[in-house]
Amino acid sequence: MTMPVVKGAAYILVHTPDMITHYGTTCTLEHETNPNSEFLKKVPEFVRSFEEVVKYAPNQAYIGSILPDELSNIPKPWYKNPIENAKAEGKMGELVTQEEFYLVMKQSDAFDLVMLEKGFLAAEKAKAAATRPFYTEAELAKLKEGYEAEEIEKKVQEGAEPLFSGGKLVGCVKAAHEKDKNLTAHIMVENLVVKASGIIALKNLIYRNNIPADSIEYVIECSEEACGDMNQRGGGNFAKAICEIAGATGATGSDTRGFCAAPTHALIQAAALVKSGVYKSVAIVAGGATAKLGMNARDHVNKGLPVLEDCLGGFAVLVTEDDGVSPVLRTDVVGRHTVGTGSSPQAVMESLITKPLDKVGLKITDVDKYSVEMQNPEITEPAGAGDVPLANFKMIAALGAKRGDIDKTAMPSFIKEHGMPGFAPTQGHIPSGVPFVGSAREMIMAGQIERAMIVGKGSLFLGRMTNQFDGVSIVMEKNHGKTEAAATVSKEEIKGMVAEAMKDFASFLLERK
Amino acid sequence: MLQDKKVIIIGDRDGIPAPAIEECIKTTGAEVVFASTECFV
Repeated sequence: MTMPVVKGAAYILVHTPDMITHYGTTCTLEHETNPNSEFLKKVPEFVRSFEEVVKYAPNQAYIGSILPDELSNIPKPWYKNPIENAKAEGKMGELVTQEEFYLVMKQSDAFDLVMLEKGFLAAEKAKAAATRPFYTEAELAKLKEGYEAEEIEKKVQEGAEPLFSGGKLVGCVKAAHEKDKNLTAHIMVENLVVKASGIIALKNLIYRNNIPADSIEYVIECSEEACGDMNQRGGGNFAKAICEIAGATGATGSDTRGFCAAPTHALIQAAALVKSGVYKSVAIVAGGATAKLGMNARDHVNKGLPVLEDCLGGFAVLVTEDDGVSPVLRTDVVGRHTVGTGSSPQAVMESLITKPLDKVGLKITDVDKYSVEMQNPEITEPAGAGDVPLANFKMIAALGAKRGDIDKTAMPSFIKEHGMPGFAPTQGHIPSGVPFVGSAREMIMAGQIERAMIVGKGSLFLGRMTNQFDGVSIVMEKNHGKTEAAATVSKEEIKGMVAEAMKDFASFLLERK
Repeated sequence: MLQDKKVIIIGDRDGIPAPAIEECIKTTGAEVVFASTECFV
């Protein structure tokens, strides 16, 4: 049986300044309840430019240009200390402009719901053709010619959702059905955004890791939106829709949901599918959430910070059969918060961290890096939610001290060494465990660390179906070569052994005569 | 201190969740009238 390995990972951010006020729930609720509020008037003044977003250190960590640990050397606040020579393209991904993203939304649109203004579309197509290797001529040609501005304005007046660029109307998304509440223009925007950002993530994975697109056999999409009509809300399947446009023609797929924990559930499922031999190559992919844009904008604006939740997030990770080099996913070191686990912080941490380690005789200190909820604290602290990664690392350290794995006085140094600063955007499922998979791969392969644990947590109670919390974890570690292949007997050897035994038996029979 | 008081609990998913706080509060003689865990991210 093969060991599943992390063959590659990609991380993308889409800067969507105009979507914050039109699609982020904090602003849309304010529009509904208090349309003339001072907050809404102020928001545009606090929106960052694409250049500022590129230079923002946590974003550079997310796309793999710097390791998360390097953020400790950059003075805070990070938004006031930009990385001056930062690029939109990183080692593991890239930052994409809102305008290019509208092109990908159009590319994702299988039912002619996205209308882009003629001049805007022509200019963006030309820019993409000249500067972006991701788009083939055929892909750009499929985007057609676009629409007159008046047609788009009319559709918006009739209920289509607008797409703005710098405050100017450049397009819209129409409802996919007259009456169906699950195919409204708003829901179509949310779902096309998930699909389009998922496509960019999967294309980055394929392109940056030189993976033949058609070699991927299965894709698990693990974001938080639901696509379907009035008869099957959440029927799916984002995964296959993303594969179709990203060129993964050899793949089928399905969607996995579990709030923020879904990506780690998907990672474990991908590892299991590869280990069992069902598929040789499984990608997990997720697009971003418009609803969470500007989620803490009220506090950011009140405290004079820029609106830091101005990007959609996306990621893709490829899990394949053992290549003898890439870090291994230890399917025998999997933690899970079960229904019976309970909700005390100690029980939660034991189920996710120590129980799986105990099973294989590892100590808390044997895991070099823990990737928990990796939200950027600069986003959450002004809103009163604290430094979420740090709170998680403290709990792991406390558990280690309680068990005697570390001395109580060593807790601060344990947190520094085995944790890292939070760097991921607050896009729900995006910051939970998976943002570090790419950097963990890089650090393990460079010999900087031996082992990392990826921990995903989910707030199931938000769906009002249960008060249960959820979480799962899995360990990634250095690949020591294809040891299993050497330890097992090949088919040819078995044939030889059977032939030998038959020969002996024949000799035995002949001698008896 | 909390004997016969009514208590509202807001727990934190990444801190102390509501059911854990509720178990503690029950020992004080207070009445928990509402308990909910929230996700702040």
